[in-house]
Amino acid sequence: MELFTNQVLAGIATGAIYACMALAVVMIYQAIDHLNFAQGEMAMFSTFIAWQLMQWGVPYWVAFVLVLILSFAGGVIIERALFKPLAKAPVLTHVAGFIALFAIVNSVAGLTWDFTIKQFPTPFGSAPFLGSQLISTHQAGMIGVTLVLLLLLFVFFRYTRVGLAMRAAAVMPESARLVGINTSWMIALGWGMAAAIGSIAGMLIAPVVFLEPNMMGGVLIYGFAAAVVGGLSSPLGAVIGGFLVGVFENLVGTYIPGVGNELKLPIALALIITVLVVKPHGLFGRTIVKRV
Amino acid sequence: MSTVQEVSSAPVVAAVPKKAMSLGPLASLVLLALLAITPFFVKNFIIFQMTMVLIYAIAVLALNILTGASGQFSLGQSAFYALGAYTSAILIEHVGMNYALTLPFAAIVCFIAGFLFGLPALRLSGIYLALATFALAVAMPQLLKLGVFEHWTGGVQGLVVTKPDAPEIFASMGLKVSQDMWLYFFTLVVAIIIYIVSVNLLKSRSGRAMMSIRDNEIAASAMGVDVALYKTLAFGVSAGITGIAGGLGAIAVQFVAPDGYTIQLAIALFLGMVVGGVGWLPGSLAGALFIVFVPNIAEHVSKGLSGAVFGVILIFIIFLLPNGARQLAFGAQSLFSKLRGS
Repeated sequence: MELFTNQVLAGIATGAIYACMALAVVMIYQAIDHLNFAQGEMAMFSTFIAWQLMQWGVPYWVAFVLVLILSFAGGVIIERALFKPLAKAPVLTHVAGFIALFAIVNSVAGLTWDFTIKQFPTPFGSAPFLGSQLISTHQAGMIGVTLVLLLLLFVFFRYTRVGLAMRAAAVMPESARLVGINTSWMIALGWGMAAAIGSIAGMLIAPVVFLEPNMMGGVLIYGFAAAVVGGLSSPLGAVIGGFLVGVFENLVGTYIPGVGNELKLPIALALIITVLVVKPHGLFGRTIVKRV
Repeated sequence: MSTVQEVSSAPVVAAVPKKAMSLGPLASLVLLALLAITPFFVKNFIIFQMTMVLIYAIAVLALNILTGASGQFSLGQSAFYALGAYTSAILIEHVGMNYALTLPFAAIVCFIAGFLFGLPALRLSGIYLALATFALAVAMPQLLKLGVFEHWTGGVQGLVVTKPDAPEIFASMGLKVSQDMWLYFFTLVVAIIIYIVSVNLLKSRSGRAMMSIRDNEIAASAMGVDVALYKTLAFGVSAGITGIAGGLGAIAVQFVAPDGYTIQLAIALFLGMVVGGVGWLPGSLAGALFIVFVPNIAEHVSKGLSGAVFGVILIFIIFLLPNGARQLAFGAQSLFSKLRGS
């Protein structure tokens, strides 16, 4: 029983990483109806900017806020420059665009900051949390930040005009345009917010997985898995999905013989496929009914 | 909570008229002649690269049948490619079968795998299907490394495949045909057969059924098309052809290992399809050229920034030619007929 609780706790700790990333994934999906395959790389780039600022002697929280603003601006600029002209293009072209973005960001980061692993500071410290060896204060802080972020997003989408307009623009673009919402800018706003949330995720994850240009590869896949499990249309679902994937991954690794570290990834992916087949819109997602 | 959405949303792939999916007879012959003559004038390494272009062209063509014809989306073609490669390699090395005979087996194994994977994929569309296939592609190298199959697959080490010699008959006729040259022509013949079969498939009743599903699933099922059957069939056929490409790839590279078939390969095949023009079968060749040569060009332009150069080239292509090589070919064609007319 103790093994079980320990594994669950450890799972929640890693799940926090996935939950952060899943939030960013859901955010962009809400705005543009696509999964951004370059999301992880954008987050990685933001994290590197934060690292660079701190190398120049900027204190953590100042750097944090600066990076949030820069990432937001970066997201908006990428949308305006790259994806707005493609708005009418088929989905396949968009995916090719994401892949191009992925290659560019990864390569530029590699050239600027090279591929050596770097330490990234944590504002929460890394002492054991409440005497538990399994969760450090950093991981507890990460869970806390994720939950606060979720609450902010909920308030934003529920109670602000802009949030409502964004939801309208995503769900029914034509009708939204008719009531006077500038849908094109809503998409840019979505990109900006997704980039900002991604940068928070990046800065929180970096102390755990260490900073390097390829740090997001695995995390993004788990983020996708989490988002799919929770339902791509629900930020709450994404966060719960993140914790579920973390716990599930740990428990399977512990209790099913033959599943070592190598098989953890396929297990997460098997989870994606199972959820998609059984409940295509995830545990918390909206069911979309199509009308002919 | 449920949301009602109008079905008017854009389909995954822009509709391609059936006639526009293949090449005219004259253009085909010119292209074929070019492909047949070039190897006599270039070095062995270039011949090897051309062989790889043909192999990738077959794989891109397979993806084109799935996406261009039936409107489904796959980022998991590398998994079927790997399966085909391993089937061929195991049959050659452990069973001692002739390399040419292993290809039909690779095709059958992959057809079955693709058909079975197509069943759960039936419930998914668009981005969800992309995710599920993406998952398959990521999981494949790990599955190939599993200890259970190690006796057959060689585990992480992989398998070495002996390269076939040209048949004796050429030597007896006094012709000296190198291994690379022979493999190139062997691949070319296989590629041509697959191309002809694919064009005919798309012209047939099954092809029309697939295209009707791509254009409007609800209308298709109202007209009596068995949507589930044709969708899984498209998956199976596409996987089968990819398997043949994989088998040829194993023979050409003389080596199979799990890490040769990562998600990178699936992405490359996908890009090849977009660059070649979705739904335009001859574009597969242009896409394959892109896959094989553009990374090299990018590497030449700048070593440290090769990824960025590759990305920029890709962005230029999707901005200037959203329909890929197809657009270029049709532009050239209309220019040609205009010049003739005046």
